[in-house]
Amino acid sequence: MTGTVEERFGPYGGRYVPETLIAALDELTAAWAEAREDEEFRNQLGSLHRDFIGRPTPLYPAERLSERVGNTVYLKREDLAHTGAHKINNAIGQALLTQRMGKPRVIAETGAGQHGVATATACALFGLECVVYMGTEDIRRQAPNVERMRLLGAEVAPVDAGARTLKEAVSAAIRDWVANVETTHYVIGSAVGPAPFPALVRDLQRVIGDEAREQALATEGALPARVIACVGGGSNSIGIFTPFIEDAGVELIGIEAAGEGLDTDRHGASLGAGRTGVLHGSLSSVIADAEGQILEAHSVSAGLDYPGVGPEHAHLRDTGRATYTAVTDVAALAAFAELSRLEGIIPALESAHAIAWLLENGGSSGYDILCLSGRGDKDLAEVLEKTSG
Amino acid sequence: MPYMMAGFPDPDSSLAIAEAYAASGADLIELGIPFSDPLADGPTIHAAATTALAAGATMDTAMQVCEAVANRVPVVLMVYANMVLANGGPAEFAARAAAAGAAGAIVPDLPLGEDGEVRNGLSDAGLARVPLLAPTTPGERRGQICAGAQGFVYVVSTVGTTGERAQLPAGLTDLVAAVKAEAEVPVAVGFGIGTPEQAAHVGGIADGVIIGSRLVRAAGEAGSAEAAAAAVGAFLNETRVALAG
Repeated sequence: MTGTVEERFGPYGGRYVPETLIAALDELTAAWAEAREDEEFRNQLGSLHRDFIGRPTPLYPAERLSERVGNTVYLKREDLAHTGAHKINNAIGQALLTQRMGKPRVIAETGAGQHGVATATACALFGLECVVYMGTEDIRRQAPNVERMRLLGAEVAPVDAGARTLKEAVSAAIRDWVANVETTHYVIGSAVGPAPFPALVRDLQRVIGDEAREQALATEGALPARVIACVGGGSNSIGIFTPFIEDAGVELIGIEAAGEGLDTDRHGASLGAGRTGVLHGSLSSVIADAEGQILEAHSVSAGLDYPGVGPEHAHLRDTGRATYTAVTDVAALAAFAELSRLEGIIPALESAHAIAWLLENGGSSGYDILCLSGRGDKDLAEVLEKTSG
Repeated sequence: MPYMMAGFPDPDSSLAIAEAYAASGADLIELGIPFSDPLADGPTIHAAATTALAAGATMDTAMQVCEAVANRVPVVLMVYANMVLANGGPAEFAARAAAAGAAGAIVPDLPLGEDGEVRNGLSDAGLARVPLLAPTTPGERRGQICAGAQGFVYVVSTVGTTGERAQLPAGLTDLVAAVKAEAEVPVAVGFGIGTPEQAAHVGGIADGVIIGSRLVRAAGEAGSAEAAAAAVGAFLNETRVALAG
């Protein structure tokens, strides 16, 4: 990685935050530009990838899924990373950076709890104080993850505003950061937020794509036809897309949450059914009304239930380099069950959106790589409630 | 310089509050336009925005409040970036604000470096673009902000969001002195000022004192438009006495 840490992706990105945070964003940009070139930092991160997270994760040829789809499909198994999802790649990297910057305290936001658990895990590893903001509705729905975070030594701070879910948790974390910026680093959970976060999170997640590309070339001797990933804030997708962006022949396909349908007001398709706007510090594509009020997103999957998306995805959409489409709650729930039975892999409901799209759009000219961003154990209660009711 | 949230607790009450501000001799009204996700605001003003939106407040509500009092007291709109961009873009927003008689605008999530288009839109419509300056703003940047300031410089008293605080930071006097030395426009201080005594202290070091959450709380607790107007008017009179003393 060389060059500057991008602040803009085409017209998108930027730093739409209170003045109080500007100095900290400058500090973070400089710290990351320096750390990512530093051999000692890279060695430390490499060791943690191997020995703590369990990287590289396998690129698994899913034979029965391939038969069903009509072409060869490889699953990039981020569900096998420590704590059960790709979120740990970002959390470990940012915690290491926090330690390097000499800040003793970390804050984070979480929706379903995966990023909160990953951040609590990283903070336990590095002995950092950790506060995780979480909407009270999500605390109710995700009690086991709340207990995990507490067991790992984190404080879970309830957020009782708005719909009491992820959007409000991010806002609360940013407000904490505004007040405590001199001692605190904000480990944002996706490739969203003010610069340099979208670039920083992408840099830390591109390990998914770097590994997948190398593994695929070693096995197939050729590049894939398509790389497919789900998109909420967009960190697993930007992570797996990035190393393939220069490979013009590889189609990049992002799957958003259509919820109850894009023609309803209950979906999470910020790219497919949003408008250009500012949310949580960056200009991107957001779900908002004509006056600019941000609306509540909806998805059966808590990780896709967010009315914004990373600014680099908005740029990839506009340039046509990546294609974004959406899958409904119903289709995702069906795919959740189907992959479980076909492959003995219970996917996260987020990843199940990508599986659902693949099941409906098989028969590519080559082979496909799909990012299985996390494991689905966390979703069992939700799925049982939705499918038995 | 009192702050109020347009449409809070309801449109009629907010009109009555603006009238009370004008009648009690406010030097300037800072008029907040309610936004769903106000990152610079603490719990009091955030909750007020949520209530105002639930009561049906829109950009028009704010423009009506502005129009009602702008011929008697300067009104500066406090508006988040997404609402400036969404409502036809900066030029159209500025035209609407100018037509309603606004004197300027504060966009708390549009710091130096992101504000070019909005600054130009406001300037073309004859409106001041009031910048915020924080205790964490580095020295060189502070000079750039002061150099580009129009109307006044809004010094954020404390590292944090809006809201009443028991004590103002010890470094505030030095910060305001540094800003006054560099700015060619008046210097006002806001965030955290909730008592007449604090206002008097800040009035002694700065050209203007902005009181927000304390007044929004009073408006919210009042129970009727008349009671809200009376409550904020009484607080402003008390503050005025303290500032004069």
